[in-house]
Amino acid sequence: MSYLIGEAMTGGYGGVDILHECTIAVDKGEIAVIVGPNGAGKSTAMKAVFGMLDIHTGNILLDGEDITALTPQARVAKGMAFVPQTNNIFPSMSVEQNLEMGAFLRTDDINTTMEEVYQLFPILREKRNQNAGELSGGQRQQVAVGRALMTQPKVLMLDEPTAGVSPIVMDELFDLIIDIARTGLSILMVEQNARQALNIADKGYVLVQGRNRFTDTGQALMNDPEVRRSFLGG
Amino acid sequence: MESWLNAFALLSNFVIVPALAYGSQLALGALGVSLVFGILRFSNFAHGDTMAFGTMVVILFTWWFQSMGISLGPLPTALLALPFGIFFCALFVLASDRLVYRFYRKKRADPVIFLIASVGIMFVTNGIVRFIIGPDDQNFADGERFIIRARDFKEMTGLAEGVSIKLSQGITFFTMIVVVAAVFWFLNRTRSGKSMRAYSDNEDLALLSGINPDRVVAITWIIAAALATIAGTLYGLDKSFKPFTYFQLLLPIFAAAIVGGLGNPLGAIAGGFVIAFSEITITYAYKRFAGYLLPEGMQPDGLVQLLSTDYKFAVSFIILLLVLLVRPHGIFKGTGV
Repeated sequence: MSYLIGEAMTGGYGGVDILHECTIAVDKGEIAVIVGPNGAGKSTAMKAVFGMLDIHTGNILLDGEDITALTPQARVAKGMAFVPQTNNIFPSMSVEQNLEMGAFLRTDDINTTMEEVYQLFPILREKRNQNAGELSGGQRQQVAVGRALMTQPKVLMLDEPTAGVSPIVMDELFDLIIDIARTGLSILMVEQNARQALNIADKGYVLVQGRNRFTDTGQALMNDPEVRRSFLGG
Repeated sequence: MESWLNAFALLSNFVIVPALAYGSQLALGALGVSLVFGILRFSNFAHGDTMAFGTMVVILFTWWFQSMGISLGPLPTALLALPFGIFFCALFVLASDRLVYRFYRKKRADPVIFLIASVGIMFVTNGIVRFIIGPDDQNFADGERFIIRARDFKEMTGLAEGVSIKLSQGITFFTMIVVVAAVFWFLNRTRSGKSMRAYSDNEDLALLSGINPDRVVAITWIIAAALATIAGTLYGLDKSFKPFTYFQLLLPIFAAAIVGGLGNPLGAIAGGFVIAFSEITITYAYKRFAGYLLPEGMQPDGLVQLLSTDYKFAVSFIILLLVLLVRPHGIFKGTGV
């Protein structure tokens, strides 16, 4: 059984269901990627797993424990971390304070974790006293991921981490995500750049209209002629 | 040379010293408004009457202490009563949050709804204050009156013009510096303060980081109540306490907060002094000042007063309008109106 599973989730905002029997799972140290056309419910599926959306059927299991009823904050305490697509930093606070706020729930010494984050993102060490709002798009994204890592999560959820950054920065971010997964974290992410995302994915989920359309390893999806034709542009 | 010194002494006595004291009072008031705006995201119209409420409690305790013969010697007894005023004012404000604002926060109501609710709280607070202490002037200052008397200053310097500094003015300025330093230290250095700034910056992300919103809101109200009580007590010591005056203070306080940039604590301080100096320099009669500086025969006959003191609120209003038209984010970058 996978470490984190959102099983047969059905639900949406208000009365209309966006997700229909959608299942997303990720194992320890794995990267799982959700791809699909616009409006497929990719981000919604992710939010459902994190408890930011009401699902009326289906369960979320973390390490075998049913966490369906928990609030997002309680899930953070359980070892899940979420990086929203936008507004994912505290702009008028310094980089270091952003990281500190990420570790708000922790009562132990956070310096080693901060050191690890700085090792992962050396540019943040350089800019640690600068306000996060003054950084470039790629650097902000690093602050956002760094903040999420400060809770020492077991699962890191990223909502389109490469949205709005240049192709070079995008490649860097993907490399960093692989590095993070190597440390033993599970990563669940939504991506617009389906081809690159599937390249680094252990597992890929293609969603269409809130339903699982294809589920396989990243490589297998890349090689599947139908997936290529419909979602990867040939 | 001596006429220059006399002119400067005159200006110090009637403009600079009073404006520094008044500016400190406005700065403390504006800091409270700005904090509430930055963190709870609405303009709290009840702030002036919160000041009145806190000051009222301080006055009641001061009278009680005076009746028991407790005093601080040369310092006003009100300083001893201040912590009690802050305590009861914080309780009152937390109760109003619990009864009114929390309901709208749960509903995620628009800021304008909060603003209207705060107008309601303002009227209720105003009523409570008048009911308890009455609508009249109350004088509660005791202890020494002056740090430097005009007569002593004249004897010391040999100038024709004296500079007097009232004890209340000195205490006001000193307290402002201490309180502002404490607030900034709290916001920038402590865990709770940083969580308040994080909540003000990005509420959703603060929730995702595990910051407890109820705690942030409660701390904000307690600090706002403390600032209001301190500002109100200092104003009352410097002038006198009258509930209606505190209601009127709302305008210069809001002008100060908006001029500095709403939601920006540093801006609130700067704004307080901008408003105070503008109000006093524009309503001061410069006849004698000009008399020292202009040559014989050119002395003005009129008062050389730009605006009668009756219209001092117009000054805040005009500055407020100019800022809103020309620079809506304020001198320092605030959240905007």
